[in-house]
Amino acid sequence: MSAAEVAPAGQGVPAQARRQVPARFFRSELLLIFGRRRNWVGGLILISVPVILAIAVRASPPSGGESAPFLDRITGNGLFVALAALVLEMPLFLPIAVAAIAGDSLAGEANLGTLRYLLAVPVDRARLVLVKLGGIVVFTVAATFLVAGVGALLGLALFGGGPLVTLSGSTVPFGEGAGRLLLICGYVALCMVALGAIGLFISSLTEQPIAATTATLIVALASQIMDQIPQLSAIGPYLPTHHWLAFGDLLRDPIGYDGVRPGAASALVYLAVFGTAAWARFAGRDVGS
Amino acid sequence: MTDLAISSSGLTKRFRSGQVAVNAIDLAVPTGAVYGFLGPNGSGKTTTIRLLLGLIRPTAGDHSLLGGPMPREAAQVLPRVGAIVEGPAFHPYLSGLDNLRRLDAADRTVDARTASARIGAALDRVGLRAAADKRYHHYSLGMRQRLAIAAALLRPRDLLLLDEPTNGLDPQGTREVRALLLELAQAGSTVLLSTHLLSEVEQICTHVGVMHLGRLVAQAPLPELRARTAPRGAVRTPDPDGATRVMTGLGLTEVAAVGDLVTGVLNGVVPETLVAALVHGDVPVRGFEVLAGNLEEMFVELTGEGFDVSG
Repeated sequence: MSAAEVAPAGQGVPAQARRQVPARFFRSELLLIFGRRRNWVGGLILISVPVILAIAVRASPPSGGESAPFLDRITGNGLFVALAALVLEMPLFLPIAVAAIAGDSLAGEANLGTLRYLLAVPVDRARLVLVKLGGIVVFTVAATFLVAGVGALLGLALFGGGPLVTLSGSTVPFGEGAGRLLLICGYVALCMVALGAIGLFISSLTEQPIAATTATLIVALASQIMDQIPQLSAIGPYLPTHHWLAFGDLLRDPIGYDGVRPGAASALVYLAVFGTAAWARFAGRDVGS
Repeated sequence: MTDLAISSSGLTKRFRSGQVAVNAIDLAVPTGAVYGFLGPNGSGKTTTIRLLLGLIRPTAGDHSLLGGPMPREAAQVLPRVGAIVEGPAFHPYLSGLDNLRRLDAADRTVDARTASARIGAALDRVGLRAAADKRYHHYSLGMRQRLAIAAALLRPRDLLLLDEPTNGLDPQGTREVRALLLELAQAGSTVLLSTHLLSEVEQICTHVGVMHLGRLVAQAPLPELRARTAPRGAVRTPDPDGATRVMTGLGLTEVAAVGDLVTGVLNGVVPETLVAALVHGDVPVRGFEVLAGNLEEMFVELTGEGFDVSG
């Protein structure tokens, strides 16, 4: 059998087929992320928080006093299960999930040795960084909406919906309340994507995915710790985590933008800077694994 | 247009540690050749293949594949090149089939509609169809090697760079792969076969390049390289002392007797002269042979006797 019998050569490919191919590789990347059992287990851990929260509040409703943010509002409107879960997961659980995926992105392929085979296909290095970043974005958005979605559905089932009382004390219709929740999910996802870009850059520096994941997580935690130290308040606004919890603004009436606008801007800057840094680093690197 | 599938000039790789893994090599692999790329462990073969594919950047020198200067024309050239670099590497929790699908999806120059047909054909060629749905994690070393070969054959290739493709295969698999390589070569593909198995080279290669300590110490068509090794006369006799005396007298060098076998470098002495001299000297001759072009001897001569890997 001659080599030519196996398939037509690349030269004869119609332009239409060529256009759909980048999407093909991206789909393969998503399959890699969402087909992995480890990531499903991570998803289960993420949704355990709203589930436990809803059941606990249902079993013993809070009676005023000190409690986690939004917790005391859950009995009034089930959507607050989603909001409380996001507040609880933002400092650690969501960053762990994002760091696991982002740290694995380039370093994981390098560690397995699959990186050299992808580059020999050839996959352009800039394209590979872009596809990896795209995978991180899709995963992060999915994880955020998973937490909020499970929280909202379970909350509505256990506590009902109806008009939502804003943090300013006024009441907005249920539809607008749900819209506010979507807006908050978008903001949270954007903040996490920025962390993912940092993780992608770190992942381009090493061939050890665990090291990249750990380092990314350390960035997230160290940033939150530094943000707590008054003597460091001068650099506070520039830390990647500084604006993470500003999404409460989106629950005011009218919506406040004092925290989320710089927060969104900061996340976009981190995304651009570290996405570019990952590309710059990876484009010139010797792949010796 | 050039008739070299691979050419390099002064290709050099010095690692940050200061080690010169590849030292100013001038590869010339003619189109259509099966080029045996020989060398001891650590002599720079794999680093050379990495350089050729553009995975690492040379410290000095340049090269081209299929007439296209690299890495500038990598996007045009590499789709026509299939490669195995330093053994198989796939995602362990994906099946063999899904791993091939991923690599095929990454190639933006192929037609997605022919993907299943091409992947199926590649799996058939390496006899892996039955295990295609198993997770790679559960594959044996031989199956992994076969999958790597299948990945190199996902589409017709004009050039194959294969780093020890028969490593880990059972004798049956080794024979199948050699037959497959010959078939591909006959169909017009150029093959660079990195190996340390000399029998493999003798069986299927048309050209040989020998690496030693990062240098390309020999490069020639196989028959030409064989002819370089000095032919030896070998006499089987019950009187080794007598044979040694006669052979030394005729001007043979490196005469050595092992049991009833006496060998020596002929140095231009024609075999019939030697046999006649032996008979005249009353040395009984039970057998006579000219040993020419022993590849193993040549290899050891070029790369040294030492058992240690090249540093």
